[in-house]
Amino acid sequence: MFYRENGQFKSSYSADQAIFPIAQDRVFVIGILLVAFCVVPFVINEYWANAILIPLLVYALAGLGLNILTGYCGQVSLGTGAFMAVGAYASFKLVGFFPEVNYLILIFVSGLVTAAVGVVFGLPSLRIKGFYLAVATLAAQFFLIWLFNKVGWFYDHSPTGMITVRPIDFFGVRVTGPEATPAAKYLFTLAIIATLTLTAKNIVRGRVGRSWMAIRDMDIAAELIGIKPLQAKLSAFAVSSFYIGVAGALYFGVYLGSAEPLEAFDINQSFYVLFIIIIGGLGSILGAFLGAAFIVLLPILMKNLMVGGFGVASGTAGHVEILLLGALIIFFLIVEPHGLARLWQITKEKLRLWPFPH
Amino acid sequence: MTADSRNEILLEVESIFLSFGGVHALSDVSFDIRKGEVRSIIGPNGAGKSSMLNVINGFYHPQEGSITYQGKRRSQMKPHEAALGGIARTFQNIALFRGMSTLDNIMTGRNTKMSKGLFWQALHFGPAKREEIENREFVEHVIDFLEIQTIRKTPVGRLPYGLQKRVELGRALAAEPTLLLLDEPMAGMNLEEKEDMSRFILETNEEFGTTIALIEHDMGVVMDISDRVVVLDYGRKIAEGTPEEVRANQNVIDAYLGVSHD
Repeated sequence: MFYRENGQFKSSYSADQAIFPIAQDRVFVIGILLVAFCVVPFVINEYWANAILIPLLVYALAGLGLNILTGYCGQVSLGTGAFMAVGAYASFKLVGFFPEVNYLILIFVSGLVTAAVGVVFGLPSLRIKGFYLAVATLAAQFFLIWLFNKVGWFYDHSPTGMITVRPIDFFGVRVTGPEATPAAKYLFTLAIIATLTLTAKNIVRGRVGRSWMAIRDMDIAAELIGIKPLQAKLSAFAVSSFYIGVAGALYFGVYLGSAEPLEAFDINQSFYVLFIIIIGGLGSILGAFLGAAFIVLLPILMKNLMVGGFGVASGTAGHVEILLLGALIIFFLIVEPHGLARLWQITKEKLRLWPFPH
Repeated sequence: MTADSRNEILLEVESIFLSFGGVHALSDVSFDIRKGEVRSIIGPNGAGKSSMLNVINGFYHPQEGSITYQGKRRSQMKPHEAALGGIARTFQNIALFRGMSTLDNIMTGRNTKMSKGLFWQALHFGPAKREEIENREFVEHVIDFLEIQTIRKTPVGRLPYGLQKRVELGRALAAEPTLLLLDEPMAGMNLEEKEDMSRFILETNEEFGTTIALIEHDMGVVMDISDRVVVLDYGRKIAEGTPEEVRANQNVIDAYLGVSHD
């Protein structure tokens, strides 16, 4: 086959430690990025942007954030929905306070706000693990959503209790609200996500990422090596929440346009993102994208197939779609508990020797 | 090693008492470890050997007693302090980071030598990249030394037992330790693997001048490679000295073979 790393010898540590040490991976990723940045914006329409690509990217980013915490650092969290809400409300309030500041900076600051909140709710992780920690993060979920629903200041005392995004220009191009073109929204989201993905990859392959994984795999040994559990866990909470916060801000600002906390950011959202990383693959950057593709695209595909192909009523199709998705999740978890990213890993190892079995 | 530095005391534990609830794991244990020596701690099962190592690197906090390490006396160590002070260890039951590759495991051992913050890490550029490559160079020396080049990129969870033990030694060596604590490095190994491991331990001691505290059950190995031995039984020190002295000690023979009560 064409996918071979044999014969690609590295002559420097720098080359060996590159993000994509295998030439084919490099070509593939550059190809995808070129298509995503240079081709898709010209052919994209309202449906593709709003129903498929933007939610895919936003959920991939949220998955990436949760994967940093759960997949890399081993701390289970069920508060993703609430942290997305923090990002969304922070960006909403910040745009209100500083309308003239660049939107990108405000989104970045929203991420930082979420990181701070995440660290606070991450404090219990220093004493409790596993299921117990999951319950503690559940407290964050319920408390924060209650807070955003209860305190009028957060939604500018709007009578509906909803927050609605203001029309924002980013370097003269409208990126939020109904007037924004699908291409502009898409490119804005894509640029942020591409940058943050690269950043995440850099962090997890360096010292900080290794200390997270060490804590995940064997916390006692990690501590005796000199890794401070406090620092490692809280930094994982901070970075993870930052990513989830940015995802929340984009989810609200670019994708939804208006949001109501009980609906947009409820516990289902937390589970949704958790499913993404479990199906995609815990502890894998690629996994967040594969998982998001699976969870976001498959229902759309199934629905289109059922309604368009078999003439099923769209209400019925909605129910069947949930059933099928559940069945597929169970099927995948039985076949490959380590997720889609692991399947890809196995495929790569097989291709290395193809066509010989050993 | 010159004779002078050999007599310099690196670590001294004095009348350590450690108990868990009503169980006395260690009572009144005192001994020292000199710079550059291979010091073995032996004793029957449950004698308190592993507890002793856990006290030395700060994982257990003794109720009484003091630990003097590199001239600094304290009532207990903290794990982080011990790591920064150059104490590294391996574990009786392998405690590798199973999800990570051999290379990453050993790189993690360099943790105390790396300091660049999240910002540079995120960019993977400039100082962070330089730091990563410098440490990678050292790690490659360790990998060469332990002859594990071929499993560099293999996740350690997939390695056989003997190699896992070797990777764990590598992770400890990556920290360039002053004092290396080895908790049964040869448990469950065949003769050949034991010979390899003994060779690595001795070479570490001779080439890097690393002081070694070793727990081991294989008496042949212990008598061969240690400079001095301390014997624990039921949490007490029952004998101490050179391998020859310890072998001849009646208390030791009684503890290992049992005493007739007639």
